Amino acid sequence: MNLKLKVWRQKNAQSEGKLVDYEARNIPPAASFLEMLDILNDELQAKGEEPIAFDHDCREGICGTCSLTINGIAHGPSATTTCQLYMRTFKDGETIYIEPFRARSFPVMRDLVTDRAALDRIKQAGGYITARVGSAQDANSTLIPKTAADLSMEAAACIGCGACVAACPNASAMLFVGASVTHLAALPQGQPERRERALRMVRKMDEEGFGNCSNHYECEAVCPAEIPITVISNLNREYAAASAREAAI
Amino acid sequence: MNFITSFYNSSIGKKWIVALTGLVLIGYVIGHMAGNLQIFAGPEKINAYAAFLHSLPGPLWVIRIFLIVCLVLHIVMTIKLAVENRSAKAQKNEYQATTSFKPAKATMVLSGLVVLAFLVLHLAHFTIRSIDPRFHELPRGEFDVHSMVILGFQNVWYSGFYIIAVFLLCLHLSHGFQSLLQTLGINSKKVRLPITYGGQALSWLIFAGYVAVPIAVLTHHLTLVP
Amino acid sequence: MSVLDSKIPAGSLDKKWEQYKFNAKLINPANKRKYEILIVGSGLAGAAAAATLGELGFKVKCFCYQDSPRRAHSIAAQGGINAAKNYQNDGDSVQRLFYDTIKGGDFRAREANVYRLAQVSVNIIDQCVAQGVPFAREYGGLLANRSFGGAQVSRTFYARGQTGQQLLLGAYSALNRQIAEGNVEMFPRTEMLDLVLVDGHAKGIVARNMVTGEIQSYSADCVILATGGYGNVFYLSTNAKGCNVTATYRAYKKGAYFANPCYTQIHPTCIPVTGDYQSKLTLMSESLRNDGRVWAPKKKGDNRPPHEIPEDERDYYLERKYPSYGNLAPRDISSRAAKQVCDEGRGVGESGLGVYLDFSDAIKRLGEKVVRERYDNLFEMYEQITGENAYKTPMRIFPAVHYTMGGLWVDYELMSNVPGLYVLGEANFSDHGANRLGASALMQGLADGYFVIPYTIGNYLVSQLGKRPGTDHPEFKKAEAEVHARIKRLLAIKGRRSVDSFHRELGLLLWDLCGMGRTEKSLQRALKRIPILREEFWTNVNVTGENEELNQALEKAGRVADFLEFGELMCLDALQRRESCGGHFREEFQTAEGEALRDDEQFAHVAAWEFTGEKKPPIRHTEQLEFENVHLATRSYK
Repeated sequence: MNLKLKVWRQKNAQSEGKLVDYEARNIPPAASFLEMLDILNDELQAKGEEPIAFDHDCREGICGTCSLTINGIAHGPSATTTCQLYMRTFKDGETIYIEPFRARSFPVMRDLVTDRAALDRIKQAGGYITARVGSAQDANSTLIPKTAADLSMEAAACIGCGACVAACPNASAMLFVGASVTHLAALPQGQPERRERALRMVRKMDEEGFGNCSNHYECEAVCPAEIPITVISNLNREYAAASAREAAI
Repeated sequence: MNFITSFYNSSIGKKWIVALTGLVLIGYVIGHMAGNLQIFAGPEKINAYAAFLHSLPGPLWVIRIFLIVCLVLHIVMTIKLAVENRSAKAQKNEYQATTSFKPAKATMVLSGLVVLAFLVLHLAHFTIRSIDPRFHELPRGEFDVHSMVILGFQNVWYSGFYIIAVFLLCLHLSHGFQSLLQTLGINSKKVRLPITYGGQALSWLIFAGYVAVPIAVLTHHLTLVP
Repeated sequence: MSVLDSKIPAGSLDKKWEQYKFNAKLINPANKRKYEILIVGSGLAGAAAAATLGELGFKVKCFCYQDSPRRAHSIAAQGGINAAKNYQNDGDSVQRLFYDTIKGGDFRAREANVYRLAQVSVNIIDQCVAQGVPFAREYGGLLANRSFGGAQVSRTFYARGQTGQQLLLGAYSALNRQIAEGNVEMFPRTEMLDLVLVDGHAKGIVARNMVTGEIQSYSADCVILATGGYGNVFYLSTNAKGCNVTATYRAYKKGAYFANPCYTQIHPTCIPVTGDYQSKLTLMSESLRNDGRVWAPKKKGDNRPPHEIPEDERDYYLERKYPSYGNLAPRDISSRAAKQVCDEGRGVGESGLGVYLDFSDAIKRLGEKVVRERYDNLFEMYEQITGENAYKTPMRIFPAVHYTMGGLWVDYELMSNVPGLYVLGEANFSDHGANRLGASALMQGLADGYFVIPYTIGNYLVSQLGKRPGTDHPEFKKAEAEVHARIKRLLAIKGRRSVDSFHRELGLLLWDLCGMGRTEKSLQRALKRIPILREEFWTNVNVTGENEELNQALEKAGRVADFLEFGELMCLDALQRRESCGGHFREEFQTAEGEALRDDEQFAHVAAWEFTGEKKPPIRHTEQLEFENVHLATRSYK
C-alpha cells in the first residue's frame, strides 16, 4: 500500500519544528507502523537524508518507549502501543499525520523523540515501598485477597508511555500517577507510606507542570495498558484523605 | 493553615473545590426546581412558599451568600485550572482529534458561561425585578410569584432563552454530576455506569422539570388566575 | 592450572555460600560512601544491584541507553520467575531446582553457582512481595504458582503474563528510592562505548550522551556490567531493538574473556516471520504450553485450514516423542522438534515455517473464561499481530532467538578475569549452562543484583580504598580518543547502504549457518562470509548526520559494527565445540533419534575466549566443570 505522511521534524529542543511531507511506498499491510517508518528511513538514508528519529525499543507493547501521535490520537487508532499498530488498520492512499507526544512537560528532543523523564521524577518522589533488601519476611506470611492483588495488578500494568498525558487536552498525568498510587495502596505492604506517597507524588506532578484532570477520559481511551479512570478517582480520594490527615497530625 | 493553602494550591485541591461547590449548586438547582413546580398547584401554594421564604430574612441571606460564594469559587477555581491546563499543553497537535466526540465534556466552559449570563438576566428579571415594570404591580401583591412567572414566560424571547439556558445547564450537569463524584473519589468499576447514566438521567429530569413551566405558559396550560 | 580461577569455595555444596558469606570481607559503613561503583544497564540485574548497593551506602552511578531505567528489556519477560518455595507441597526443594537447572542446562553450568541461585531464589520472592510486586494469588490470599517447561513441579510465580514487567518495576522502584535519596545517580540515554582499565583493573567507562553526543569518562572503584545478552546479533530476535553486545564486547576487547558465545537459546513459541521488512519477533510466553497442545499435520504439505484436519491426521509430536514432559519439554528440545517437523515439509502457514499451538482442548476442559483469565493478554497480542483469534483457531508458532546463555566469563563472585569488572544477569555466562529453563532468567538477574553482588563486591573493594583514578588519567584520555576516532570513522564512510541492511544480512547469515542447527561446513562458511560483510560495512555503510546530536543511525552503526565482529567469535566457538549440548546443536553430533549428543569426555568445560588483537585469532581457554553432586546423565524428557 502507498501512504502520504506528514511527519513532525524538529532538529533539537531549541529549534522550531514543522510537518514535512513524505511518501511511503509499497508498504505491506502486515507491517507494523514502526516497520513502515523503518522502510521509509531506509529509503531516506539511501538518499543520504537524515532518518526520522522516533523512540522505540521492545516492539511488543510492554516497554512503553514508542510514543507517536497518529492523526491526532496518541498511539493511533487502535488502543495499543504504536509498535503494536499494524498497517492493515489504514487505507491505501491515506494521509497520516505523525507527531510527537505533546505536553509542556515532555519537551521534544528531536523529531518525534520527547523527554519523558518527568514521569520518572514523579515515581522517585514516592512511587515505591521502602523494603530494604534482606529484611523481607516470608512471602506467604501476609495473605492478600485475590481481589486486592487483582486490583493492584490492574493498576500496576501501566507501562509509563505517557500516552495519557499526550491524549489529555490538559496534559494531565493523573492516570499515570493514579495507577501508581492505586497499585501500592491496594496492597497491605503499601499501607505505611500510603498517605505520604499520595502527597509527594501529586505535589511532584504539579511541580513538573502537568495539567489537571477535567474528566475528558481521553487518557483511558488511548491507554495501551487499559488503566481505568477509576484510578484517578482513587487518587483524588487518597490525596484528600492524606491532606486531611496531614492537617490533623 | 499551611494545610489549607497547600491543598488549595494543589491541582487536586482546586478540583475538590470545584466539585464540592458544584454539588451545592446542583442541590440548589434541584431545590429551586421543586419550588417552581409548585406553580402547577395553583397561586396559593407557590405564593405562600415565596412568602414563607421571605419571612426568614436571616437564613435566606445566609443561604444566598453561601450560594454566591459557591458560585464564585466554582467559577474562579475553574478559571485557574483552565489557565494551568492551557499552559501544560504548550503546543497543540497540528492534527486535532479526540477518540470520540463528547458534546457535554467539550462544552463545559462554554455552557457554564452561557448559564452564568442567563443567571444574571434571570436574577435581574425575577429577583431584583429591574427588567419588567409589571412585576412591581402584581395582582396579589409583592409575593405573587404565580402571576410574575406567567407574565414573564409569556414573552417568547425570554422563554426561548430560558429553555436554551436550562438545556445548557443540564448538558453541563449531565457531565458534571459524574465528574464531581469522580473528583470526590466516588467511582469504581461497579458504580461507574450507574453513576454516569444516573447523572445523565437526573440532568434531563431537571431539564424537564424546569422547562415544563415556560412550555405550559406558552401552550396556555398555565394562565393568569383572575 | 588453568588461567581461569573460578574461586569456588570449599566445602559441601549446600554450605558453600554460607561459608563464603562468612569469609567475605566487610567494609566499614563509614567507608562505604568513599567507594564509587558504575553500573551499566538498568534491567533486573542492573537495577537490583544499583538499588541494593546504593542502599548499603556506596555511591552508585547507573547508566542505560533507554530514556528511563524502567524500559530495560527484562520488562518483556512474560511467564514467570522460579523459586524453590515448595508452596504447592509438590516435592520441590532447593536441591530439585538446582538439579533441574543443571540438567536443563545440559550439564554445562557450574554446580556451585547454580546451587547458590536455587538457594537465594526463595529470598527473591520474599523481597519482591515486600516491594509490592502484585503476584497472582489464590482466593485464600496465598501466592499462586504454575508449572513451566523443564520442570515437573509448580514453582513458577507470576503476575498475569507480565511478570518481567512487574519485577522490573519493583527493582525500578527500589532504584528510584535510592535516586531520590541521592545514593544513586542515574544516566539515562547514555551508552557505554568503552571500558577503561588502569593498571589492569576496571576503573571506569567512556560513554556517549545520546542526546548531545558528548563523549564523557566516568571513573570509579569498580565497574559492573549488566547489559543483557547478544541475541540481536541475529537481527531478528525477541530482544528489544536496542539490545546490543557493545558493552560486553568492548570489555572483551579490553581483556575480559567471553565464555560460551555459541550457547544461544531459540525459544519455541514465537509468532512466525511474515516478511523481510520484519523488525523483530514476538514471543508468546512458554506458559501457553501448559494448556496449549503443539501439533503439525501428519501429511506433508497439508494446507487445509486447521479445523478441517481430523484428529487422527494430526501429529502431537511433543506428546508423542516426550510422553512424560509432553508439551512442557524444555525450550531447546521443543524448538528442535518444531524445526524437524518443518524440515520434513509439514510446517504450516504461508511460509511453511510454523506449527500449531492449539487451545481447543483446554477451552473444552476448562471453559473459555478460565483460559481467558490465564492468557488473555497473550491472545490479544497474538490477534493484534496476526489478525487471528486464537480462541477460535490454533495459534501458529515458530522458534526464534530469545536468550543467550553465553556471556562474559565470571567467577563465583561474578567478577570477570579483569579485576574490578563484575558482570551480572544475562551478560554473564554463569548459571544456565547450554540451555536456560523457562522462568529462570528473571531469577538469575535478581539473584545476582539483590543477593550475590552485595556480598561479593567487598572482597575486591576492600583492597581498593583511595585507588580510584581521576578521569584525567591518560588511560581515560586514550579511550576517549579511540571512541571519538571510531565515531568519526563511521560518519566519514558515507557509503550507499543503510546500517539496518547490514544488520539484516548478518542476522540472516547467522540464522542460516549458526542457528538452530550448525555443522562444521556451515560454520566454516559463516567464518568466511562475516569478514567480507564487515569489510563492506566499513567501506559502504551510510551513517547520516553528525555526532553532536541525537543520532539514531550512529547509535545503531556502532552496535552493528560490534555485532559484525562478535558474530565471528560466536561461530568460532560453535565450530570448536564439537558436540551438541542444549542450545548448541551440531548436526554431526546427534543420537539415532535426533537428540543432542554430548561429549563429556572432551567438552565438559567452559570455553572462554581471550582477545589478542585486531585480525589475530582469539585464544580459547577452558575451565573444567567439576560435577561432584550430580551424575552426568543423558538428558531425557521422554
